[in-house]
Amino acid sequence: MKPTPATSRDVYTWLEAVKDPEIPVLSLVDLGVITDVVVENTTVDIEMTPTFVGCPALDIMKQEITETLLQRGMTEVRIVVNFRDPWSSDKISEKGRRALKEFGLAPPLPAKVFTDLEVLEHVSCPRCEGTNTTLKNVFGPTLCRSIHYCFDCQESFEQFKPL
Amino acid sequence: MNTPALTELLFKMADDQLILGHRNSEWTGFGPLLEEDIAFSSMAQDKVGHSQALYELLHNLGQPAPDEVAFLRPAGQFHNCIFVELPNGEYDFSLIRHFLYDTAELIRFDLLRKSSYEPLAQLAHKIHGELRYHTLHANTWIKQLGTATEESISRLQHSLAFALPYALGIFERSPWEKELAADGIFEGEEVLQERWRTNVEEVISQTDLTLPAWNTIAPVLGGRQGKHSEHLSPLLDEMGEVFRIDPTASW
Repeated sequence: MKPTPATSRDVYTWLEAVKDPEIPVLSLVDLGVITDVVVENTTVDIEMTPTFVGCPALDIMKQEITETLLQRGMTEVRIVVNFRDPWSSDKISEKGRRALKEFGLAPPLPAKVFTDLEVLEHVSCPRCEGTNTTLKNVFGPTLCRSIHYCFDCQESFEQFKPL
Repeated sequence: MNTPALTELLFKMADDQLILGHRNSEWTGFGPLLEEDIAFSSMAQDKVGHSQALYELLHNLGQPAPDEVAFLRPAGQFHNCIFVELPNGEYDFSLIRHFLYDTAELIRFDLLRKSSYEPLAQLAHKIHGELRYHTLHANTWIKQLGTATEESISRLQHSLAFALPYALGIFERSPWEKELAADGIFEGEEVLQERWRTNVEEVISQTDLTLPAWNTIAPVLGGRQGKHSEHLSPLLDEMGEVFRIDPTASW
């Protein structure tokens, strides 16, 4: 019996297993960096776009995508990185936003409301959900995170930055 | 598409990002407080990433690969403005440079979002979003330290006076201004400089710092034509040292 040829839907499902190397609870699909998938027989063409232009995790992501798809029986994986459909934090799925929060990272606010620092001043704390918080630094341990402090928990936390 | 004009534009932008990114990275481990250490390191990573993406566009236009153009060219072939190659100095100078330079870059990439060269327009859209964090950071500290103590204000004022002639060098005119504007690639340095002045004035007016009359500042030019200060060559030597040991090594 001939196996059913894979579809792009299958590829998206398989890619659920590939996580953001810097945020291991978030899949690349939920992160929103995969912008197109075309499958022909066992050849896959993937288009992806980085969260930040200088994201150092991009090469690891490409490598893990390729390995995962080869394990699933694909014979050729071609990945193109471009900015045709640029990443925005709004591309993170609902599931991804929940995963971020459980991980202890405040999910990003909608990008369109991020017009100045004021918006980042009272980000909701991922622990207590209170907004009695303050922005400590727009730059954090990775390019995509900012550092905040919660006055109620008296602890610092990080946010996935709106972009 | 006017390739020589586009190439000249991309090279000066990419070189600015690379060199200032490198200078920012020199704050890693030396920031006046941990959060500033992280901020300058993050901005370094962003800027070097921006330079790589711009070199990639150049590569698609027939230039050598990004690593080669970044690490193997001599100083005379770099087109960054002299401003970005100056040593970091004290934190007050680095902060003033960060403010003056990134204010210009945010506007430059904003203008380029409308570029008729589609790959550049797409990249500019992306970079513009990231640069907003750089200018937010700069503006926050300029406003805070520019109204804080006698020492912080006088240090910033002193650095501002030193930096302004170099900052005007950002806008050194290209031999291709007319072509770039006519082809819709880029509106030009003059438009950029106008908008930059307004934004700089707006932030400085919220501090105790003062700006001299613009017409009294003599711009330091030459960088765009490959004429640099004595500070660029040592920077390039250090930056490319590892790469040049074995340019064919696979990383």
